[in-house]
Amino acid sequence: MEKNYMKLEFLSKSSNESFARVVVAAFASQLDPTLEELSDIKTAVSEAVTNAIIHGYEYREGIVIVESRIIDDEIIVIVEDMGMGIADVEKAREPFYTSKPDLERSGMGFTVMETFMDGLEIESIRGQGTKVKMKKKFNSLKDKE
Amino acid sequence: MYLSVEKHKNNLLVQLKGELDHHNTEMVRQKIDKQYFEHRIKNIILDLRGLTFMDSSGIGLVMGRYKNILENGGKIVMVNDNEYVEKILKVSGLLKIINVYPTIEKAMENI
Repeated sequence: MEKNYMKLEFLSKSSNESFARVVVAAFASQLDPTLEELSDIKTAVSEAVTNAIIHGYEYREGIVIVESRIIDDEIIVIVEDMGMGIADVEKAREPFYTSKPDLERSGMGFTVMETFMDGLEIESIRGQGTKVKMKKKFNSLKDKE
Repeated sequence: MYLSVEKHKNNLLVQLKGELDHHNTEMVRQKIDKQYFEHRIKNIILDLRGLTFMDSSGIGLVMGRYKNILENGGKIVMVNDNEYVEKILKVSGLLKIINVYPTIEKAMENI
């Protein structure tokens, strides 16, 4: 079984959104993903990190933690904040639902993560933070065998 | 992110290049809205062909402009030939309400 692990911590600044998605994409590249798979993972990471900055910390300064694990041909990405937590996780997962309509948020963040990845779990505790766990299986390695 | 906003008769041609995420949507929104309302333009043509990345923040940006334009009695169309951008447009349901054309010329003809 092939295993690898990495952890990244950064300030909740919007300029770090691109930093985080590029790092995870670079880590995932050892699985030899297709361009589409790489684009999917970048998009999903961007959604989760943006949520941590806007909703978790509400633009205040905090630390966002991104962990990623590779097990065989699957990648697991965990995005965690120690912010305010989600009041109603089921509601937040609904397409087009946003707690911040005045900011022109589309309400599609979790829907995009669900569609672009193969699994999405959300753990959130009010006042303590949110942990989003996503996984994706890459098919490109198998194609070569 | 490179942004070009130009007036073409009754249309505002907006061309985006690079990565469109939450970090730069606010700047893009302000620039588009300033030109749109100052020049009393009716329609917007949004050229997304140069984007190398777009997440749901971009969807929020397009939905916001769509609402403004509807209130103004105008139309918004998109220009795109990029499959990654198309994937997120499809997931968001935007393709059901806004037409996409492969070139600016085609978009101009159909607006």
